[in-house]
Order: sequence, then C-alpha cells, then structure tokens
Amino acid sequence: MSYFILMVVVASVCTILLRAFPFLLFGGKREIPDIIHYLGRVLPPAIMVILVIYCMKGISFLTSPYGLPELLSVVIVVLLHVWKRNILLSVGIGTALYMFLIQVVF
Amino acid sequence: MLQIHREIGAFVKQKITKNEIVFSFKQTIPVLLGYIFLGIAFGLLMSDSGYGLLLSSMCSIFIYAGSMQFVLIGLFLEKAGLITVALMTIFVNGRHIFYGLSFIDKYKKQGRRYPYLVAALTDETYSVLCNLKVVDVSKKNTLSEDNCFFLITLFNHSYWVIGTIIGSLVGALITFDTTGIDFSMTALFTVIVVNQWLEMKNHFPAICGAIIGIISLLLLGPDRFLLPALFLSACVLVMGRSFKWDME
Repeated sequence: MSYFILMVVVASVCTILLRAFPFLLFGGKREIPDIIHYLGRVLPPAIMVILVIYCMKGISFLTSPYGLPELLSVVIVVLLHVWKRNILLSVGIGTALYMFLIQVVF
Repeated sequence: MLQIHREIGAFVKQKITKNEIVFSFKQTIPVLLGYIFLGIAFGLLMSDSGYGLLLSSMCSIFIYAGSMQFVLIGLFLEKAGLITVALMTIFVNGRHIFYGLSFIDKYKKQGRRYPYLVAALTDETYSVLCNLKVVDVSKKNTLSEDNCFFLITLFNHSYWVIGTIIGSLVGALITFDTTGIDFSMTALFTVIVVNQWLEMKNHFPAICGAIIGIISLLLLGPDRFLLPALFLSACVLVMGRSFKWDME
C-alpha cells in the first residue's frame, strides 16, 4: 500500500510541475516577455482545435463505421452551437446523439 | 485617490458572493456531466482492479489528470518503478505546460489560492477559463473574475473527486449503458473552438492548430502526435507574428 501511495505522490508532483512550468518561468516579479503575452493570446484557439483532434485520435476512418458517429455528432454540435450559442444544449444534445449512434445505430 | 484605492483593492480578497457561486456553477455544468461519469469509470476500474476508495480518491484529489489516472491503474497492476511513473506522467501530461501561458497575470492576483489554481489546471478547466466572460445577469458587473476563476476550478475538481468516490463505492450498481458519455468532453472542446472562432477576427491560430494537428497525427500516430503538434503550433505562431500575420 505504501508503495502505491509513493507512486501517486510521484505522478502528482510531476503533473503539478508540468502545470506550474510557465508560472515558474514567468510568474515571478520579472516583467513577462512580450512574446509570452502574445502566445497567451493566440495559443488557446490552436490548443483547443488540437484537443478536439486529440479526442478523436482513436477513430479508424478506414474501417466501419469510418468515424461516422464522431464526425456526425461533432458537425451537429458545431451547427447547434452556431445557431443557438448555448453550451449546455450543444454539449447535451451532441453527447446524447453520439451515445444513441454508437449504442443503437452502429 | 481612486487609483490608490483600486491598487489596495487588488490585494484585498473580495468575499465570495452567492451570485459568483451561481454564475461559476453554470459555467461548469458541461464539465459536471463528463467529470462525474469519467470519475465513476475511474473509481469503478480501480475497484475492479482491487484498489479501494482511499487510493482512488487520493489519485483524483492529488493527481487530478484523467488520462494519466487511467494509465496509472496499469502501472499499479504491474507495480512499475517510480522512474517509469514519472516518465509516463511527463509523457501523458506534457501538454499541460502550455496552458498556464494564458493565465500568468490573472493567477498572480489570486494570493493564497494561486498554487491551488496552478495545480488544478486541467484540460477542461483550461477550456472553461479561456472561454470565460464574467458578466453579471443584473449587468452591474459586481462579479469578481478572480473569485469566479477559483470557484470554477474548485467545482470541476470536486466533480471529479465525487465521481471517483461514487464509482469506487457503488459504480457496479449502475446498470444503464453509459458507453459514449465521454463524448461530452469532445463536445465541450468543440463548442469552445466554435466560440473562439466566432469571437476572434484572426483565424490563423485555429487554422494553424488544425493543419499541424492533423498532419502530426497522420505522420506520428495517435500516441505521440500531441506534444509535437502543440510545440510546432507555438513555433509557427511565433514565426507568424514576425511575419505580421497577427492582424490585431
């Protein structure tokens, strides 16, 4: 048991250090370089798109069902959100549709 | 005088108000769904593997990183070495080094909460916070952004821990088919991409992320594309700036 706790401590410390990395580098009293302000502004849209790709990384587009449940659901989420701008509605209906597609249809 | 007052005000923590709690809770509802069920899945897998409530909740409280915790179950089972655990964590969670860049100034103002906010900056909390517009329903703008940042982080963390506890204790009793519920995280990220797209005049960062992300995935494969894609995007965006692609 104590060894497992040690493993948790190691994973925890490493995770926190990764999350703290930019703050340790630029969080002190020193002036934050301009380029970091710039990256802080432009990086989020790039990161979010890459996270969506990351979520879909396991899909096989060459074998049935060819990623159709994921693609269909994402398209519905995008359309619904452009139309209604309601995060809960888009996420809720998108998830329900996906669950229906993979459990019942495909 | 007003200036001085404001500067002092920045260091005096405002008390958390009921409106801030309600506002912050609403922002986290999309995460609630995913975190509770993913937390249950984690607690359930842990108890199936023979690990009890104590170890499961310690993971979710102190590591608080979804995919790494699932990887860790495997490492528990084979009693992996501590170096392996450290390397796996760095590998799986490496993307987190990019998240803080957007919040350095904002988190600095948080005083004693600063370390907690940094330690609990997950993918989902990042996505909610970088999409956050603190607007009061009464339009008086009495909500403190600092307090909302803290509350949102705390709410998300608690969903994850609560899910883990439920999964660990009674997860086996859930009988309806929850397959696919983890899509709520994909949906949340997609919604935030759409929001950013509609808000920003300059679409270069998003397009850059899409192209580099897909090319990296095709070239490097699903297990190792993420970090190179993030790093390369940062590089291209920095280069784009010197070429004056930054149109703001």
